[in-house]
Amino acid sequence: MSVDDWILALHVLSAFAMAGTLVVYWVLIVAMRNIDTASDTIAYARVATLGSRVVIAGTVGTLVFGLWLAISKPEYQPWDGWVIAAIVLWGASGFTGSRAGTEYTKPLVRAEELRAADEEGAPGELRALNRTSAGLLMHTLSSLLIVVLLAVMVWKPGA
Amino acid sequence: MSTLAVIRPDDWNLPLFVHVLGAIVLVGGVAAAASALAFARGNAGMLRTGYYSLLAVALPGWILMRVGAQWIYDEEGFEGGEEPTWLAIGWFTADPGGALLVVALVLGGVGFRRLGDDKGSGLLKATMVISLVLLAAYVVAIWAMSGKPG
Repeated sequence: MSVDDWILALHVLSAFAMAGTLVVYWVLIVAMRNIDTASDTIAYARVATLGSRVVIAGTVGTLVFGLWLAISKPEYQPWDGWVIAAIVLWGASGFTGSRAGTEYTKPLVRAEELRAADEEGAPGELRALNRTSAGLLMHTLSSLLIVVLLAVMVWKPGA
Repeated sequence: MSTLAVIRPDDWNLPLFVHVLGAIVLVGGVAAAASALAFARGNAGMLRTGYYSLLAVALPGWILMRVGAQWIYDEEGFEGGEEPTWLAIGWFTADPGGALLVVALVLGGVGFRRLGDDKGSGLLKATMVISLVLLAAYVVAIWAMSGKPG
C-alpha cells in the first residue's frame, strides 16, 4: 500500500467514525425520549460522552486526510467543485451537529445539578429536556447533510 | 472511495452508495449496542437499548450493506479465483460477521428475556463482547475496502 492508500484508508475510517457516531446518537435520542430521572440521564450520557470524543476525532480526521488526498493525488485538486461542496457540507454538518450537542447537553447539566442535590427532579422535567425539538431538528439536519456528503463523495459531480 | 471513482463506471455509484450507507448504519448500530451494554452496569433500560440497537439498527444496516455488496459485486463481474485480498477480507467480515451478529442477537435476546429472573447478564456480556469483536473486524474491513492492500 502506498502512502496515499493509507491516507485514503484513514480518511474513510475517520468518516465512518463521524457518521457511525451520528447513528449512535440516533439510538440515544430515541432511547432517552422517555427518560425522566437524573440517574438514567447520567447513565446514558456516558455513551454520549464517548461518542463526542469519537465524533470529534472522526470529523477532524475526515477533513485533514481528505484535504491531504485532494492535494496529493494528481487527479484531484482542493478547488474542484465536488471537493468544495464536500467541505461546505462537512462544515454545515459539523455546525448543526454541534448545535444538537448543545441542546442535548442541557438535560445532562440539569441531571447533574439534581444529583448534587440528591434529587431525581420534578416529574416530566428531564423528559422534556431529553425530548428537545431543537436538538432533534439539528441532529436530523446534520444526519441529512452527511448522507448528501456521502453521495457527493461517491458520485463526485464534475470530477 | 476516491480511488474507486477514478476507475469505476458511473453504474457502480448507486450500489456503492447503498453498500457504504448500510455499512455506516451497521457500524453505528453495533457501536451503540457495545457501548450501551458496556456502560449499563445493570441498568435495565440501557441493556434494552443495547439489545434493540443490534436488532433494529445493526441488523437492517447489515442487510443494506450486504445487498449493496452483492449488487456492486455483480456489476464488477468478478470471476472465481480472481478476487483480490481486500474483497476476500470484505466477504469474510460480511458473511461470517453476519452469522456472528445473529449469534449476538440470539444470546442477547435470551439474556434480555431472563433479566426479569435476575439471570441473563452473562449472556448480555457475551453479546457485548461479540459486538466489540465485530467492531474490531469492521475497522479492519473498512481499512481493507478503502486502502485495498494487494
